[in-house]
Amino acid sequence: MASFAESGPRRPVVESIRVDKVSPGARATGAVRALIVLLVALIMLIPIYVMFATAFKTRIDVTASPPKIFFQPTLEGLVLLFTDRALAAPARVQELQQLEAQGKLNLFEQLALASGQEITGPSPYVGRIVNSLIIAGASTFLSVLLGVLAGYAFSRFNLPGKDDLLFFILSTRMLPAVVVTIPLFLMFRQVGLYDNHIGMILLYTVFNLSFSVWLMKGFFDEIPREYEEAALVDGYSRLQTFFKIVLPQSVSGIAATTVFCLIFAWNEYAFALMMTAEKARTAPPSIPSMIGRGGVEWAAIAAGSLGFLIPVVIITFALRKYLLRGVTFGAIRQ
Amino acid sequence: MATATVESSVTKSRVQPQSAQRQLSDRAIMNLFIWPTLLLLIAFNFFPLFYSLYLSFTNYRATATTAPVWLGIENYANILTSPDLWQAFTTSGKYVLFSVALQTIIGFALAMLVRGKFRGSGLITTLILIPMMLSPVVVGLFWKLMYNPNFGYFNYLIGMGQEGSLDMIASRMFNQPVPNLALAAVILVDVWMWSPFVMLLVLSGLNAIPDYLYEAAAIDRASSWFQFWHITLPQVKPLLLIAVLFRTIEALKSFDLVMGMTGGGPGNQTELVAVYLYRVAFLGQFRSGYASALAYIILIIVIAISNLYIRNLNRAKGA
Repeated sequence: MASFAESGPRRPVVESIRVDKVSPGARATGAVRALIVLLVALIMLIPIYVMFATAFKTRIDVTASPPKIFFQPTLEGLVLLFTDRALAAPARVQELQQLEAQGKLNLFEQLALASGQEITGPSPYVGRIVNSLIIAGASTFLSVLLGVLAGYAFSRFNLPGKDDLLFFILSTRMLPAVVVTIPLFLMFRQVGLYDNHIGMILLYTVFNLSFSVWLMKGFFDEIPREYEEAALVDGYSRLQTFFKIVLPQSVSGIAATTVFCLIFAWNEYAFALMMTAEKARTAPPSIPSMIGRGGVEWAAIAAGSLGFLIPVVIITFALRKYLLRGVTFGAIRQ
Repeated sequence: MATATVESSVTKSRVQPQSAQRQLSDRAIMNLFIWPTLLLLIAFNFFPLFYSLYLSFTNYRATATTAPVWLGIENYANILTSPDLWQAFTTSGKYVLFSVALQTIIGFALAMLVRGKFRGSGLITTLILIPMMLSPVVVGLFWKLMYNPNFGYFNYLIGMGQEGSLDMIASRMFNQPVPNLALAAVILVDVWMWSPFVMLLVLSGLNAIPDYLYEAAAIDRASSWFQFWHITLPQVKPLLLIAVLFRTIEALKSFDLVMGMTGGGPGNQTELVAVYLYRVAFLGQFRSGYASALAYIILIIVIAISNLYIRNLNRAKGA
């Protein structure tokens, strides 16, 4: 026995030792399977490539038939997205060309000049992005704050009718946005919260609250109660225990919840469409309305979409450990 | 005055025995932690729903200046006999049925494929999951570009590249209208977005199956087909059910994707229930009373399915 313990495997056996998994035939099927998965993944990513490519195509390349896979990249789409432009008179064009020769024009102005246009100011989309950032940021902060508190209470205390309350909280998330919006629209109009930043922040806070409560409850459920009980015995108050013992242990959970709430608020479309008009309108409902004089500006739409794609891709990778919890409201863990 | 009472209560609790004090403060903390959440939910969900229940029995229009007039159940009677509603429910029904069925099959197949670990499998799995995190309205928009009959990639990829042969969004093929083509286009995008979701859930179910079950089956020379039906499927079933229910709820309330792609058109071919409700409530006449009644009918259906969903969620959590 002792000699086996000494001469046993140095490292843990992680690969399967089943005969049917190491035979050449099994290895070949494994390789074929990996190839199929790779192929499926590539096919699924085609639309994402298309969006990425379209954002950097010129107007002519976007509408080329058959579609171009290789093209000369340009930032024209970004110019269309972020600026308002006007056709410049020939005299003005010459003036601008002189300025360009002197190196006094920035990149966007140069690109606009190439098609005989002059930038007159930032487009309304810039303001929409700012609105999106304000509303998503503030509502995420509020819903995570409230979610942490309520999640802890639901995880640790015995409430009468706890399951019903939790169901009530989650069911608000299950309803189509339009159903809730009809009465809310009338109420908001009465109290002056329609098309108002504060109204939207409150609305998104509530929209994300069910999610953050459920997710945080799941994270708190995983922290052993014994730590807190030990601290309570040592004379800590319940609040001290919460701040000094529980919160430090749930930092990664809070971070995951924050990022999910941020993504939901950033992507949200239906409420924004129905509850805002001009002042507090966010980016998602304004991308579809980005139709120029000469038809749909696909490059601008793709450039705008890219702003939605890039953060999501980064976050998907950063949160891949928590994705399952996130999409099942914290109920299922890996 | 107020500070005095607080102080007196503090001193009172100090003289109380240790355990009683903890119990009291526990209760206070619990209320302090939960009530802000509950108040917000009551103000923004509960109260509006009661308000719209009242509205659903009136003829109120959001654009009108007159007070709502009580109609009784007239709105409900009108809705349930209106062909428009049944049209919307049929469209939604088709949409839910086909998209959820396809997502389940494709998601399951994907999960079986990604199950075994190989070099780079983690990276590829994460790549496959990207679509479901995207904003549906933005997804709808750029799929509209993909489907464009003149310069979209989709037609070229499926070999229908010649000009004017296929227009998914307009539901036309060779300049002839083809029913349900636009709906199929929307379903395809929904499947693209959400199959990874089913995959993610099934995958976690697959990873939880203990290896010894398969080893025992291999010793008994059970065929892999038998193993699939008698080990894999029953073990994954609870999670698969959760995925299907969740997707059903989400597909029923689907709104963003259709708005980004077709806006309900052509005609009303892709007008799902939520889109129809939006049109009644917010476009044209703002028929708030009528729309509230319609909203209540949808609400009852969704609550019934969510109830099933949450019950299964709790069961899977307990297991």
